[in-house]
Amino acid sequence: MNATPNLNDLKPNTRDQGTDLVLSGAEVLLRVLVEQGVDVIFGYPGGAVLPIYDALFKQNAVRHILVRHEQAAVHAAEAYARATGKVGVVLVTSGPGATNAVTGLVDALMDSIPVVCFTGQVGVPLIGTDAFQEADTTGITRQATKHNYLVKHPADLARVAHEAFHIARSGRPGPVVVDLPKNISVGPAPYAPASRAPHPSYRPRTEPEREAVVRAVAAMKRARRPLFYTGGGIINAGPQASEALGRLVRKTGFPCTSTLMGLGAYPTTDRQFLGMLGMHGTYEANLATHGCDVLIALGARFDDRVTGRLDAFSPGSFKIHADIEPSQINKIVQVDVPIVGDAGRVIEMMLEEWDRQDGASDPAALAQWWQQIDAWRGIRSLHFDQDMTPSAIIRPQHAVRRLYELAMETGRDTFVSTEVGQHQMWAAQHFQFDRPNRWLTSGGLGTMGYGLPAAVGAQVAHPDALVIDIAGEASTLMNIQELGTIAQYRLPVKLFILNNQYMGMVRQWQELLHGSRYSESYSAALPDFVRLAESFHAKGMRATCVGELDDVIRAMLAEPGAVVADICVAQDENCYPMIPSGAAHNQMLLGPEQEGEVKVSAEGRMLV
Amino acid sequence: MTMQDETIVSAVISILVENESGVLARVIGLFSGRGYNIESLTVAPVEQSRHQSRINIVTSGTPQVIEQIKAQVGRLVPVYRVADLTQVGPHVAREMALVKVVSSGEPRTEALRIAEAFRARAVDTTATSFVFELTGATEKLDSFIDLMRPLGLAEVSRTGVAAIIRGPRTI
Repeated sequence: MNATPNLNDLKPNTRDQGTDLVLSGAEVLLRVLVEQGVDVIFGYPGGAVLPIYDALFKQNAVRHILVRHEQAAVHAAEAYARATGKVGVVLVTSGPGATNAVTGLVDALMDSIPVVCFTGQVGVPLIGTDAFQEADTTGITRQATKHNYLVKHPADLARVAHEAFHIARSGRPGPVVVDLPKNISVGPAPYAPASRAPHPSYRPRTEPEREAVVRAVAAMKRARRPLFYTGGGIINAGPQASEALGRLVRKTGFPCTSTLMGLGAYPTTDRQFLGMLGMHGTYEANLATHGCDVLIALGARFDDRVTGRLDAFSPGSFKIHADIEPSQINKIVQVDVPIVGDAGRVIEMMLEEWDRQDGASDPAALAQWWQQIDAWRGIRSLHFDQDMTPSAIIRPQHAVRRLYELAMETGRDTFVSTEVGQHQMWAAQHFQFDRPNRWLTSGGLGTMGYGLPAAVGAQVAHPDALVIDIAGEASTLMNIQELGTIAQYRLPVKLFILNNQYMGMVRQWQELLHGSRYSESYSAALPDFVRLAESFHAKGMRATCVGELDDVIRAMLAEPGAVVADICVAQDENCYPMIPSGAAHNQMLLGPEQEGEVKVSAEGRMLV
Repeated sequence: MTMQDETIVSAVISILVENESGVLARVIGLFSGRGYNIESLTVAPVEQSRHQSRINIVTSGTPQVIEQIKAQVGRLVPVYRVADLTQVGPHVAREMALVKVVSSGEPRTEALRIAEAFRARAVDTTATSFVFELTGATEKLDSFIDLMRPLGLAEVSRTGVAAIIRGPRTI
């Protein structure tokens, strides 16, 4: 095998910048990481990346966090990115290393998280020969990434690595894979600094058209029943975008709702915030969406979990949609004013135009709208009754509420990750987020097993912060091996398991749609989570009744190290309010007493 | 709210891409992954010095789907430009076919006569067969092939559509 090609033999591909500095490919890669401001990478070694691991060993600028599964490396990097605003970086080996990472990559793609994933590959001469641990990584990840590369020529390495960061973080952020054949990382390669020249074909638009914003603000000024519908794009636009959103919402006096991914952009405890909208959104958020006359969507994408039945989604409203990605506009819902641009820039421009244009929305109409919203709020759709007898069974909503309240008492900066399912929705409903970048959840892909590695990533990013994974017992078992990572790096992550011994959301749907035939949704043969924690050098705790709950949460928060808290909660609890699939926003179920009234249409049954 | 137009229209999408490995797979993977039609596809380098290739795709869908196709293709990193030629205005769309007809006697004479009427060239001739080369709009090729069917049509090879805007404009 021609493992150490002579530089002169290798024809440089397009756009190489040329430099005199020649290092090994692995060293070039590390220099790029340092130049890109990377201080942490998440990874797992293997044959095809050994040269890179050897280069890592010889330096101190980049810290490597060894995960226990490549999927977890990507989730940790996603959470690191979400919690810091930087690009998350992953390093995995060829073949199974790369294929294991695919779920994380798609997760990052769906939620627009900037991640660069370096994958090892067999040497170029072996590509296509079914070599040991060979997989067609660029082929497999083509639809799983924003973009991907196979570096075939040493002269391309530095440029491609820099470009990967640019593409991951700019425009609508997303995951980028760089596949590195072993001969490229072993052999000599020229180093080149990041190019300042614009990319020849990739030119994302961030600055909105003034004219579109002018039309949008004119409609906002005429609005009688306006509503802001904000999404993850605002989080991606950086903390200053969230701060600007706060100013815009307060200045206009309009109500604001948010998607799952957007929570924290506007303070969820504020009076102008109506709670999350969509399938498990609040009554007031969904009814306001249904009844508004001007809907201002900012950095959101009209996901099916948000819209419910499309032909009944916010009927009659004038729709403004700002998104950085032109493909998101008019994809699901036809809008009246499309705005392509960075959410933060759009909001700033809206603020300028709001001041510039005469008049203001009719205060009487707005007051009446708020009166209506307050009436909907009066329904208290998130309300639940917790029996406070010490021996009473813990309701999961109560556990989340108490976790929030007691965590706030500590006064610590708090980051919450979740797995996927009922507990995720209860966390979204009952935990409050007054700042962006502190809510880490898998929204678009709905990846069970996201939360624990995400907590790793957030804790690595913020060693002194309080990091809690609000989990379900089924989801967390999908990446429970990360307790090993948590132990190795002494990460004081708190794994807070709402244990109902069911895949709760699956069970809920089986109850609603499949005659309560709980096909394979019971979590049989669960581990003893307390002893599991101990075997991973963490503290195990358990609460089995209301009387024990606060003490366990307090002990967990006081514990300096990692904790697994097994919170045994009501098994039959369902997540409400709920818009059954195929139904409209004004056809919400508020609680189990309405379950009998569910008539899910044949079409609704086919939706997920 | 704007009502959605449900009529299915045909569109010729021309895409200028960086000529790099995997770029065609990116484009067609996007079409299959998102459930868009591909009725025909052509691809070839057009600007060797600038490493650019042009992909022409004939597709169909509602106007909203065609808009989505353009926007989704436009997202791909190696894509320079994407245009729906049917929307841009008058354009020329041409396809080439090689049509093999195996017959003798009267049908053979008739095939040659029709070929002349269509300005198809016989690029290969044996005692029992012709290979006709025919260039033109897709519909013209379709009707030629239909006419050859009873006259011993044996095999067809078509290129798919190459298209370009009329007049001085470019995509």
